[in-house]
Amino acid sequence: MSLKYAVIDRWSQGQSVFHRLDARMKMTALLVYLLSIATLKPVRAPEMIAFGVLILIGMTLSALPIGGFLLRGAVVLPFTGTFAAISAFGGQTDFAVGLVAKSYLSALGVLLLAATTPMPALLHAAQWLKVPRVLLLVIQFLYRYLFILVEQAGRMRQAALCRGSALSKRSRGERMSSAAGMLSVLFARSYERAEGIQRAMLSRGFHGQIPLLTNPAARLKDWAFALCAVAATLAIRLGGRL
Amino acid sequence: MNILPVIDAQQVRYSYSDGTSALNGIDFHLYPGETVALLGRNGSGKTTFVLHLNGLLQGEGTIQVCGMAVCRQNLAAIRAKVGMVFQDSDEQLFMPTVLEDVAFGPRNLGLGVDHAVQRAREALSQTGVADLAGRAPYHLSAGEKRRVALAGVLAMSPEVLVLDEPTTFLDPPAERELIRLLKSLPQAKIVVTHDMPFARALATRAVFFEKGRVVANGPIEEIASRFHWEI
Repeated sequence: MSLKYAVIDRWSQGQSVFHRLDARMKMTALLVYLLSIATLKPVRAPEMIAFGVLILIGMTLSALPIGGFLLRGAVVLPFTGTFAAISAFGGQTDFAVGLVAKSYLSALGVLLLAATTPMPALLHAAQWLKVPRVLLLVIQFLYRYLFILVEQAGRMRQAALCRGSALSKRSRGERMSSAAGMLSVLFARSYERAEGIQRAMLSRGFHGQIPLLTNPAARLKDWAFALCAVAATLAIRLGGRL
Repeated sequence: MNILPVIDAQQVRYSYSDGTSALNGIDFHLYPGETVALLGRNGSGKTTFVLHLNGLLQGEGTIQVCGMAVCRQNLAAIRAKVGMVFQDSDEQLFMPTVLEDVAFGPRNLGLGVDHAVQRAREALSQTGVADLAGRAPYHLSAGEKRRVALAGVLAMSPEVLVLDEPTTFLDPPAERELIRLLKSLPQAKIVVTHDMPFARALATRAVFFEKGRVVANGPIEEIASRFHWEI
């Protein structure tokens, strides 16, 4: 399947209230949310439930499909679940439960931002938050050309299937060899494409710096959202500890 | 009447680093408002030649663009004069949004953000895709990408447009639209193409390349018939 149809990318094109909020404000709120969860010790059910309710409110405002959203957030569980299982076997049950809950809620928070904000807006927000420019450019180019690379790989796979690659009784070695061949072709094409991109950039006067446009000012309702979200998060985080 | 050519290339020669000789003494002129089709087989040197026109490749011989020699000192000015639209629009559209991509050239020319955005919006309107300004390039169709790529070049107010295989990936309606759009643009144009109906629709003169040489230069119908350049 092509990334062209990637679910999160499609979700991010929505037009809900939450989608229309300023990406910088959403990213700021997310950072506070993630820090609050990460520094929460010990993990207690009421606080976890309250953080979950925050996500639920965001999810409702963004009109995302609940099942698909919750399922995609679970992508982190195989990783953290492993560590949690080891801890549980070691007798640290509370830590294990906390780890799973924290990682799942954090993943849902990140997913909520990614699923309601198009990539260009995310990049602008990261730029506003002073993320190093070189890192942003790497992400920008990676995201832009990943789509094309995956489509190219898909076309090569189709061509191989058309020539019976799935039906033949080739040895593992032969399969590995043809996969390696495909990878090397992909690499060579990526290299050629990189040269083409550089030529296109030079022909439009590129001289080493990519000039970005500035963001429009955030509206009052965007600031209000950020204020409410950060206040609610801090209230949950600090509420029972003061 | 003595009209000066916007492009005047004399004895351009170029060899790739592996020693392959790609251009063997090209003489070429382009006059204001003119559209010329570059024809010839794959590997005959057409694309290699046009890459010399804004200094992306530099071989031997002399090239003048609007009276300026193509050399390192003049590159910034030359690149503002010669707008290249590449065969694969995906290579040309690398910024996060269409508006930013089209504003990329004007910003490199040193224009301020507001002025660059204004130029970008005008160019997008000119190519009929003003409504795509906020979209990400990977969400566009091939025809839309081509128009945005053209807008990215027009935003730099060039005097010459160079289009390398501009009909690649386009369906017939998109190709018709592109012809209409290109005909409406006042710039002198060089079109590298194998698509004869497209070349006929736009160009009056054709230059035929063979093994890095110009072997014919004249009215497009005459060249097409002489080299059996028909399907």
